Amino acid sequence: MSLPESGGLDAKRQRVDALLSAICRELDRVPERPVRIMEVCGTHTMSIFRHGLRHLLPQGIELISGPGCPVCVTSRGQIDTAIALSQLPGVTVATFGDMLRVPGSSGFSLAKARASGADVRIVYSPFDALQLAVKESWRKICFLGIGFETTAPVVAATIEMAARMGLENFFVFSCHKTMPNALRALFAAGGSRVEALLCPGHVSAIIGCSPYRFLPEEHGVACAIAGFEPDDILVGILSLLRQLASGRPKVDNCYPRAVNSQGNPRALASMDRVFRLADSDWRGLGLIPESGLSIRQGFEQFDAGRRFSLQVEEPDSVSPCRCDEIITGRSTPLECPLFSRACTPASPYGPCMVSSEGACAAWYRYGGQRI
Amino acid sequence: MKQDMNRSEDPYEVIVLDHGSGGLASSRLVREIFLSRLSNSYLEELEDSAVLPPAQGSIAFSTDSYVVDPIFFPGGDIGELAVNGTINDLAMKGAEPSALSLGLILEEGFSRRDLERIVDSIARASEEAGVPVVTGDTKVVPRGKADKIFINTAGIGIIPHGFTFSSSRIRPGDRILVSGYMGDHGATIMTQRQGLSLDGGFESDTRALHRLVGRLVKGLGQEIRAFRDPTRGGLATSLVEMAAKAGVTFEISEKAVPVREEVAQVCDILGLDPLYLANEGKMILVVADGAAEQALEILEAAPEADRPALIGTVAEKGVVSVVMETEVGGRRAVEMLTGEPLPRIC
Repeated sequence: MSLPESGGLDAKRQRVDALLSAICRELDRVPERPVRIMEVCGTHTMSIFRHGLRHLLPQGIELISGPGCPVCVTSRGQIDTAIALSQLPGVTVATFGDMLRVPGSSGFSLAKARASGADVRIVYSPFDALQLAVKESWRKICFLGIGFETTAPVVAATIEMAARMGLENFFVFSCHKTMPNALRALFAAGGSRVEALLCPGHVSAIIGCSPYRFLPEEHGVACAIAGFEPDDILVGILSLLRQLASGRPKVDNCYPRAVNSQGNPRALASMDRVFRLADSDWRGLGLIPESGLSIRQGFEQFDAGRRFSLQVEEPDSVSPCRCDEIITGRSTPLECPLFSRACTPASPYGPCMVSSEGACAAWYRYGGQRI
Repeated sequence: MKQDMNRSEDPYEVIVLDHGSGGLASSRLVREIFLSRLSNSYLEELEDSAVLPPAQGSIAFSTDSYVVDPIFFPGGDIGELAVNGTINDLAMKGAEPSALSLGLILEEGFSRRDLERIVDSIARASEEAGVPVVTGDTKVVPRGKADKIFINTAGIGIIPHGFTFSSSRIRPGDRILVSGYMGDHGATIMTQRQGLSLDGGFESDTRALHRLVGRLVKGLGQEIRAFRDPTRGGLATSLVEMAAKAGVTFEISEKAVPVREEVAQVCDILGLDPLYLANEGKMILVVADGAAEQALEILEAAPEADRPALIGTVAEKGVVSVVMETEVGGRRAVEMLTGEPLPRIC
């Protein structure tokens, strides 16, 4: 392919090339093929596709997208509940944009609810929702708390602020999930084909390195915490190959500019003051003990689940959509019968196609096959 | 200073339903706001149609509606956009634009001063482009039934005999160029809409491109295969549409696509991709291989172009319509925009 060159190869490209050579050398030393690496985080998935890294990596490395897209792992029951909240009189649902088009069990979504007259608004942070509650004091503002340990501390800080302000019309429907026990469930089942894990940089910046230790110690899984630039990801993959080649898996922090081994104590403290660990239903993984965050007593007046006491049954999982298998790395999007036929970003069937960080959206948008 | 108390010049006056009634109030509005600013012999006739002289060539005819929010933004406003947008749609077929129509739908209660400001910029854009507004219409709808102001412009232009510019003329081996930085308009609107107080260092690129197209056509003739202005859906969507229509694959280089550093940063913050952001004063052109250097020279000398670049080549049809070599040397597909660009969640 002949392409116009604008200047010589820059430093970034040279660094990437050097890392790729090192990865090829290291791969030769690993006995088992293919090496299956799961990138846990949706931001990693997008970055890998956006930069075309799959095309650059040598044959023999298989990248599998994991359960780290918060929209994708939100259970259909929770989405049904969010939609039900939007139908209540006087309630405004404030949400990150990604949640808008996720279909619930009946195919209805917040976007469709909004089109039929519900008050659903996109916000960029929980603070925007709080400001909405101040400005429109006559409405009950209900923020959908979706996200992992990266988002939860900000939501916790917002709830604490609402408490200090004495707000009576601000609520959070907490669907927050926490990563370590989900990974435990993923590997405890014994069905995982994955031997190495690219651990999420953002989540690790909050929780530190120790929550991953059980993976090398109990399951022999190599772990590398990595950032999101292409060279960050390749440094992580190189570390994983080195661990596998030497037969000594560990948790390697390859993202020290953002992650220290203790995590972020202030964020963890704020999270702990407002939330407690609770069992949580994950799409694809089912009910996992202590893998979600509920609002603690003392802040219960902000708990939308309690305030509006909605009873939405978790629907039976009969759907041809394979998002659950894709999230857990058991299938690729190409193996789903709906992918790119009945299910496209324009009319998504499952959450992995809706979320900008979902595996199916990435495969569809950037071409999962070698092109 | 003594205030002029004449009601028609009261700057605090608002638009009322009566202004769209077709009666006396409509007539005053037309005279005071439109005729005084857009004056030309066609418009002054004030009849049901403007009658234009015959011309040599094929007639290009295009229409577009403008509903941008906010209506005033750094680098322009809805009025300027409505003029330049339709002029550019005509220019992308190689036409020389000759006349525009202007239809406005106003919300009851809209500020008369804002309307004057918008018509001022319509007049300025029309005069700078040398394309008169020859016919128009104004309607007013009750408060809440429209958002402030919607504008429709249609335009006609003349394509010189013997010229056709269309994506269906694109062949493998052709080269792909853009006339400047991608995503400025979209990034400006998104930062305004989100209330981000970013000192962007960029503004909307709204600009008429017909004269630049004229120079390119004069210099290169049919060596130019097709023009396209990458507005809604951005560069990515336009490239996919062009390649699909031509039955070829575009191979483009991410590094070669000009994007301002500040726009790239805003995209990082908002979780957007500059390839999908709208442009209002930029074009894509596909030219025969041998004409690429000359096209680039014309673009580089043009005041309407801002960091023009050769961004790729046309290949035989492959698995996908557009393939991009990424900054770090990877390859990926480029797809059309689907849905509104959504903010990222974590």
